[in-house]
Amino acid sequence: MSVVAEAASAHAKPAAAALPIVALDRVSRDFVQPQGIADRLAGLFGAVRAELRVRAVADVSFAIAEGEVVGLVGESGCGKSTLGRIVAGLLPPSAGRVLYRGVDVEALPPEGRRAYALGVQMVFQDPAASLNPRMRVAEIVGEAPRVHGLVPRTQSDAHVDEMLRRVGLDAGLKRRYPHQFSGGQRQRIGIARALAVRPQFIVCDEAVAALDVSIQAQVLNLFVRLREEFGLTYLFISHDLGVVEHVSDRVLVMYLGRVVEEAPTDELFAAPNHPYTQALLHEVPRIDTGRRLYRGIAGEIPSPLAPPPGCHFHPRCPHAMPICRTESPPLIEIAPGRRSACHLNAAA
Amino acid sequence: MGDWLPAGGRGTMSDVPTLRVENLTTHFETRAGVVKAVDGVSFSVWRGRVLGLVGESGSGKTVTGFSILGLVDPPGRIVGGRILFQGEDLLAMPPARLQAIRGARIAMIFQDPMMTLNPVLRIETQMVETVLAHEAVDRETARQRARDALGTVGIPSPDERLRAYPHQFSGGMRQRVAIAIALLNRPDLIIADEPTTALDVTIQGQILFEVQKLCRERDLALIWITHDLAVVSGLADELCVMYAGRIVESGPVEEVLTRPLHPYTIGLIGSVPSRNRRGEPLRQIPGMTPPLLHLPPGCAFRTRCPRVLGDCASEIPLLPAGVGRTVRCIHTDVMVPA
Repeated sequence: MSVVAEAASAHAKPAAAALPIVALDRVSRDFVQPQGIADRLAGLFGAVRAELRVRAVADVSFAIAEGEVVGLVGESGCGKSTLGRIVAGLLPPSAGRVLYRGVDVEALPPEGRRAYALGVQMVFQDPAASLNPRMRVAEIVGEAPRVHGLVPRTQSDAHVDEMLRRVGLDAGLKRRYPHQFSGGQRQRIGIARALAVRPQFIVCDEAVAALDVSIQAQVLNLFVRLREEFGLTYLFISHDLGVVEHVSDRVLVMYLGRVVEEAPTDELFAAPNHPYTQALLHEVPRIDTGRRLYRGIAGEIPSPLAPPPGCHFHPRCPHAMPICRTESPPLIEIAPGRRSACHLNAAA
Repeated sequence: MGDWLPAGGRGTMSDVPTLRVENLTTHFETRAGVVKAVDGVSFSVWRGRVLGLVGESGSGKTVTGFSILGLVDPPGRIVGGRILFQGEDLLAMPPARLQAIRGARIAMIFQDPMMTLNPVLRIETQMVETVLAHEAVDRETARQRARDALGTVGIPSPDERLRAYPHQFSGGMRQRVAIAIALLNRPDLIIADEPTTALDVTIQGQILFEVQKLCRERDLALIWITHDLAVVSGLADELCVMYAGRIVESGPVEEVLTRPLHPYTIGLIGSVPSRNRRGEPLRQIPGMTPPLLHLPPGCAFRTRCPRVLGDCASEIPLLPAGVGRTVRCIHTDVMVPA
């Protein structure tokens, strides 16, 4: 709990010194491959087979204050989507607690549970896969507020029109099906669906990754505008550092299930502390740097099935020391509002 | 230009280009009408140089690459133009001759390496086959060459990895194998279609590093097709920006990116989130790419253009705009509001 309290006090603005909207306290999530028939039969005959266990998220704590935009970056398989789903309440953690406005979501009364479920919404990467192809847009956007009784049936139509207008879609198109829209428009429908239940917090999981650059800019601008109009809080998950840098106030960097660095956006991009963050920032092609020699960090991302012992990054790290191979570095505060998990900080 | 380029060894613009595409036109004749996927595209690429072909979905950049190798399937058809490879027209060539060039002198790297790799054959089998298809050497020589190619693209312990199947490689490693296969017959030209788009940032960095090195050391001509201006800015020498099947702007990469002339290029660059404009709204291009079946007459961009005037509805040619630069816009003197 102490970590969460610290994080919360460090980042909450004085005016909103209230509880963080969502906080994670030492959250882990494992995925275990269920035993198939063959394995169970083999088990009957005494063969013992190690179960396949992936720790997608390992011991993660952080807090998100009201009105904040937190970016979450990492490469494929680092657990950022799993973390996003845990924050949105779509996936329970295997260990640890998720707190919604200071209360453990497991202990919430039914009314509070509902407030959490509606208050935290999610926008997904692939709008084609996250919209029911057999439902009309009016139904996709209007269903949840009607079912939850947020909008009287008579005003349902007006509510849908209003939501579509807010995301920049023509309300006259609401009788259409998702396949009749372009990728950017479909993503807008997904955003309208999330907004329709009046959330305070939206988890955006690679919400602009599938879009062309010019359309991506339109949708990013929409996210920024909606944040102002509705006073929203975002957890913005992306592999694209440029996008995260543009929208976030604060950034979390994940590597193989662990948060390795956390810092205000400006500080992170100006002076990354963790060697992984440094490597990641160096690799990002930038339009404003001009011709340059690419260097490439050595090695591959290890399999999450068999992560290296100690610091997960040590096999690729240019600064690896003996201690890095045996001991996992804790995520400690290195400056006000900044945390990093690297033994170099202790050595310095 | 960076100091990483050795002065010698690189082709100069005065040479005969490795590839010269002239007025290439590829149409798809569908039931709904003729889709002009590539509509009069011309460019050249010299040895030792990288040409970036940039555009968004549906701009015709991939079809351009496929047309060069003759990979366009019906209902698609190349209806006009010339593709001169070292002076020889690929479109006028007998099929046997084309077959000898394709995969040997010209190689292609696809976005998805599994388009190159057969999932049920060992890497070794596939690589040896590629060598033997073009050259009468014995198996052992072919195998040696395959092993060397894997080493060149930075695959550790190439001898063991030759015995592996594609599914035993990670995405980045598979893309390296695809690049190694492209290199096997020592091509003069490689066409790379979004080869790093599906990869993680750190792996993309590794691949770009290998590609830069190869282009430098082997004096290859490279066409890099992508939607990502940032990748091209660090890699390419020349840049062609495509929109709705046409090149709308071309020139040396630094010049185009620092002083873009076409409103689409300006909009595209403004759309890229960058540290200079953090927190401010991104400049966005209004609207979306018009469907290729219903392109407006004249400039295809005019429905989204901030500087549109009445004469934009007439046919706009690609106009010269300074040394080595062209632009398909007749109002470049009009300022685009930032």
